[in-house]
Amino acid sequence: MYGIILAFKDYRFIDGILGSPWAGLQNFRDLMSGRDFPQAFKNTLIISSLKLLFGFPAPIILALLLNEIRHLMFKKVVQTLSYLPHFLSWVVLAGIFMEVFSPTRGIVNLVITSLGGKAIFFFGDPEWFRTLLVSTDVWKGVGWGSIIYLAALSSIDPTLYEAAIVDGANRWKQMLHITLPSLVPVVTIMFIFAVGGIINDDFDQVFNFYNPAVYSVADVLSTYTYRIGIADMQYGLATASGLFVNIIAFTLIVVTNSIVKRFSNYGIW
Amino acid sequence: MGKKTLGEKLFDGFNYVFLTLFAFSAVYPFINILSISFSTPAAANAYGLKFIPKEFTLEAYRAVFDNKVIWTGYYNTIIRTGVGTALNVLFTVLCAYPLSKRYLPNRNLYTSLIVFTMFFSGGLIPTYLLIKSLGLLDNRLVLILPGLIAAFSMIIVRNYFMSLPEEIEESAKIDGANDVRILFSIVLPVSLPIIATIALWYAVAHWNAWFDALLYISDPNKTVLQTVLYKIIIQGSPQFQQFETFDPSVQSVTPDIIKAATVMVATVPILCVYPFIQKYFVKGVMIGSLKG
Repeated sequence: MYGIILAFKDYRFIDGILGSPWAGLQNFRDLMSGRDFPQAFKNTLIISSLKLLFGFPAPIILALLLNEIRHLMFKKVVQTLSYLPHFLSWVVLAGIFMEVFSPTRGIVNLVITSLGGKAIFFFGDPEWFRTLLVSTDVWKGVGWGSIIYLAALSSIDPTLYEAAIVDGANRWKQMLHITLPSLVPVVTIMFIFAVGGIINDDFDQVFNFYNPAVYSVADVLSTYTYRIGIADMQYGLATASGLFVNIIAFTLIVVTNSIVKRFSNYGIW
Repeated sequence: MGKKTLGEKLFDGFNYVFLTLFAFSAVYPFINILSISFSTPAAANAYGLKFIPKEFTLEAYRAVFDNKVIWTGYYNTIIRTGVGTALNVLFTVLCAYPLSKRYLPNRNLYTSLIVFTMFFSGGLIPTYLLIKSLGLLDNRLVLILPGLIAAFSMIIVRNYFMSLPEEIEESAKIDGANDVRILFSIVLPVSLPIIATIALWYAVAHWNAWFDALLYISDPNKTVLQTVLYKIIIQGSPQFQQFETFDPSVQSVTPDIIKAATVMVATVPILCVYPFIQKYFVKGVMIGSLKG
C-alpha cells in the first residue's frame, strides 16, 4: 500500500517510486481541473445511486414475495433460477446481453417494435446506456441478494404470526407489523455496506459494456483510472484518482455506520 | 386458518405470475444465446424468441474448437482453478485458525488490519507496480498469489471456528496432540460445510476472473479462458475474422454466432455443476450472515 505515495509524486520510470520528485497536491489539482475526472465522478455518483435506489430494495421485495409462496416446489425452482446470473462473469453476460438487446434481432427490441415503438441501440445510445447498466446489474444481483433476507425471514418466530392471526390481522397487516420489523437488523447492515460501495462502481460491468460512443455517460472513476493509468501510463495521476475514490468510500462507510448506530443499535462494528 | 379473502387470492395470483415471469427472465438470455450458437446466420439474424435453434448446425462450435486459443485458455483456467482453489483454502484456514483463538495476543488488531483491507486498498497502479517489482508479470503465480486469502472468506471461517466448542480441543491437547494435529484431524473434519462453501466461492471466482490476466499476462500461452472471451466478445479481436472474408451468401458462420458459441463454451461447465453446488453456496451465505 506504500505505493499510495505515488499520488503525491511526479512519477518517472528511471527514478522509481522513491526517487521521483514530490509533486505535492499537483496530481489532485490536475484531476479536478481536467475534463474527464469530474465527468467520471458525476457518472459514478449517478450510476451508483441508481443502482442503490433500485438494486437495494429489489432483493428485499423478491424475498418477501417468495416468502408468501406456499408451494415449496415452485418456490425452490424460482429461487434456483434467480441465483444463476450471479455465477457468471460480466464478460459472458456482456456477450449475452449484446444479443438480447441487439437493435436488429434482440428480444427486447422485438417487444418494443411490436408495441409500436422504435428500436433502441441500448449499447450505443447515451440516453439509454445507464438504464441498461442499472437494470442488468439489478437483474444479476437480485436473486443472490435475496438469500440473506430469506434466511432472516425463515428465522422469524412462527408464534408471532399465530398470535397475530388470533388478533385478526390479515396477511398485509402481518407483513407490516411482524415481517418487516423483523428484517430491520439485516436490512440496516446491508444498507451500510451498500452505501460504502456507492463510490466503488462496478468496474467489471462498465468496462465490458461501454464503448467510446457512451463514454460521456458511462465512464466511471474506476474505468477512468484504468485508462489513464494502464493505457496512458500516467501513474501519479491514476494513483491520485484511486486514492480519492478509496478515501471517499471509506469515509462513507464510517459515516453511515455511525449515523445508523446513533438511531438504532445495529452497525457493522 | 380461515378462508382466503378476495384480496389475498388476487395477491397470490399476481405473485405466482410475477415470479414465473421473473424466473423466465433470469434464464431466457441463456436459452437465447444457446439457440443462436446452434443456428445458421440467416436464422440467427431473424427476429424471434429463439427458444429452439432453427436450421440446426454445429459450424460455430467447429470453428471455436478448431481455435487453439480457446484450448489454451481452457487449460490455463482449469489449472488455475484447481491449484488456486486448493492453495486458497489451505491459506485461508491457516490464517483463520490462529485468529479464532482467544488466547492469541493482539488478535483483534490483526483482525482489524485484515478487515481494513476489505474497504481500503492501494488502488490499481500501486498494485500493478508492486506486482511488477515482485517480478510476477507474465508468471502464472500472479493469478493465484495476490488473491490468496479473501478477507471476507477468512472472517467467515474464523467465525465458524470460534463457534466450535473449545472442550474438544482441550481434551485433544491433554491426549498429546499438537496444534497442527488438532487443526487437521479434529477441527477441519467438523468444519467441512464451511470449507466446501469457501472452496466453491474461490473456484467460481477463479473460473470467472479475467482482469488480472488481462493486466498482468501478455504471453498468449498463459492466458485464461475469460480473457480470451473478453478479447473475442468485447474487443472483437481478429481471432475469428477470417470468416468475414467469405462470400456472405454461402457463409456458414458469422462473428456473432462465433461469439454465442464461445459464450456457451465458457458457461456450460458452470451451468452443469451449478444445480448441484448451489445449496452449498446458500448455506455459506447464511452461515456468514448469521454469525457475521
